[in-house]
Amino acid sequence: MSKTNIEEVNRNIYDIKNKNEYSYKTIGLTPNVIKDISKQKNEPQWMLDLRLKALEIYENLEMPTWGPDLSELDMSKIATYVRPKTDMKKSWEDVPDDIKNTFDRLGIPEAEKESLAGVGAQYDSEIVYHSIKDQLVKQGVIYTDFDTAVKEYPELVKEYFTKCVPMTDHKFIALHYAVWSGGSFVYVPKGVKVDIPLQSYFRLNAKGAGQFEHTLIIVDEGASLQFIEGCSAPKYNEINLHAGCVELFVKENSFLRYSTIENWSKNMLNLNTKKVIVDKNGKIEWVTGSFGSKISMLYPMSILNGENAKCEFTGISFAGTGQNLDTGLKIVHNAENCSSVVNSKSISKGGGACTFRSNVSVRKRAKNSKITVSCESLMLDSISRSDTIPTNSIENEDVEFSHEAKIGKISDQAIFYLMSRGISEEEAKAMIVRGFADPISKALPLEYAVEMNNLINLELEGSIG
Amino acid sequence: MDLLEIKNLHANVGEKQILKGLDLNIKKGEVHVIMGPNGAGKSTLANIIFNNPQYKVTAGEINFEGESIKNLKTDEIAKKGIFISFQTPEEVPGISVTNFLKAAKNARNNEPIKIFAFKKELEENMKKLNMNTSYSTRDLNVGFSGGEKKKNEILQMLTLNPKLAILDETDSGLDVDAIKTVSKGISIFKNENNAVLIITHGTKILQEINVDYVHILVDGKIIKTGDSLLADKIEKEGYEQFRN
Repeated sequence: MSKTNIEEVNRNIYDIKNKNEYSYKTIGLTPNVIKDISKQKNEPQWMLDLRLKALEIYENLEMPTWGPDLSELDMSKIATYVRPKTDMKKSWEDVPDDIKNTFDRLGIPEAEKESLAGVGAQYDSEIVYHSIKDQLVKQGVIYTDFDTAVKEYPELVKEYFTKCVPMTDHKFIALHYAVWSGGSFVYVPKGVKVDIPLQSYFRLNAKGAGQFEHTLIIVDEGASLQFIEGCSAPKYNEINLHAGCVELFVKENSFLRYSTIENWSKNMLNLNTKKVIVDKNGKIEWVTGSFGSKISMLYPMSILNGENAKCEFTGISFAGTGQNLDTGLKIVHNAENCSSVVNSKSISKGGGACTFRSNVSVRKRAKNSKITVSCESLMLDSISRSDTIPTNSIENEDVEFSHEAKIGKISDQAIFYLMSRGISEEEAKAMIVRGFADPISKALPLEYAVEMNNLINLELEGSIG
Repeated sequence: MDLLEIKNLHANVGEKQILKGLDLNIKKGEVHVIMGPNGAGKSTLANIIFNNPQYKVTAGEINFEGESIKNLKTDEIAKKGIFISFQTPEEVPGISVTNFLKAAKNARNNEPIKIFAFKKELEENMKKLNMNTSYSTRDLNVGFSGGEKKKNEILQMLTLNPKLAILDETDSGLDVDAIKTVSKGISIFKNENNAVLIITHGTKILQEINVDYVHILVDGKIIKTGDSLLADKIEKEGYEQFRN
């Protein structure tokens, strides 16, 4: 009987490559490359200065001494800026056909019609399409590409840019600030509730390139927002790099749900940074599904800075053959009566490795803190790996803290049970895995839950000989 | 032709031989009961019929409707029309009872089932078994009490409507009312075109069912076959008389 390897399975829509066309491209990481990028973008001097400073910091910081091996990354070969052959459009009709078709296949324009209040679509280094419903514009909501934000809302950008994630945090965030390009800027004014989600989609088509988009969201007092980001890329034989940055500000009494469906190709190094600062009575909800990349290092951080601030994290990662997904989260309780609930799951198969690192820090002043961390791992065979690495620092006594970790294999008895009703082995396994992922599916908007189930099916396809 | 025909069946769990030459013939329209002490091989028989990979046939034949099913995979055996109600049904998080049964029905049919009719049938069956219909949306067996799990097995039997239903200790651990409900489910299911094999310790489950044959399984073999009176005798006197 022939065995289909998962790598050979057509990842269909995600894997269709367009011709390598661009209108401008820089390779490597030198002061001249950075000046070039800034010039291309026609940026103000302060942004160029910031980029050059970030490069200096990058050069002085060491590579991480822990986690996956990143030695195959050679920054002198990475295309740091790839401008697509089009500028930003406000109508899909104006986007060049091959690029439009890519987003069509990913279902973005359709989702926009049916269930989104605004869409941003990035192709390689630049946003090629951005839209927002008139209704939201009238309410003062800003949702635009970042270059436009720098030019049109310089005061807002200056006030918040780098203020949540400083460029000194780690080597790859310094890299990000040196070469950042694209991404979305969102501002929701006081008291405005955006009930229908906004979505930004990031597609990296160019071979050997990096994507360094910057997303900055400010949800002002009493406002609320749901934001979805999606990302994918076709597979190449050389390394691609993603070092994006997400800075989120959740002000007093406001709410933000930030959902991610990540399906980078399996030649991607995904070294992404996400952080939120939550003020009094604010709430952040993270929902993430991570399927792609060769190596991921991603630990969204939540700083609960005001009383009664809340954080909820619901995430799943799925590592197949050749994937090393090192993910997790950081939480800081920095005020009284804050609470955090973490529900993380991972699935590994075919020798894939999932590591979950959690770092919870409760400061002295953060009395009456409540923290629940639960992580569950499912290994589909005996060659896969799963690790849970919690580190906690609790500085006061008035804390309720629980950490539960479960690591298990897919149950042969459960497979037998499903098969005894006539369900095939392959479908039985897929049902059990989808069932395991169900709490996360439920937290996603319907279309994305469907997409996640499809991704699970795709990952499991051909896994039984 | 027999529905199920088992000839000289020998089977192991690991290295240990459990079945040592078991014969059993079941025809359409019949209700058979297998009784026996702990460790006699009752549950092994049920698992072996379903080709549970943890068990291994070392000799003998298992035929269903005249065809050997010995080397078929578990799902293929189920699709032939055999059902097993497990002693300890598995808890499977994230799959609702409805979706599970839908998948099982779809696996049998060439074309997808009609959702509305299916839901209606499921609800009717649940009512017959005094089950709260809210169970249909709950995760399969997760957090179900022992009785609810067993009722859920019987619900599946009614919904999948097999040719042969094997009930492995479905009555164990149940209170009197739950046993009555399970018996009722069996009576609703049973007709002249199907058959039931009840594996049990006790006789309470048999009180409201017309039993055709009672077999006594001791040490991997059926050592005596009789009618329902044999079950009453066992209830009173135990298995001691059948041991060497």
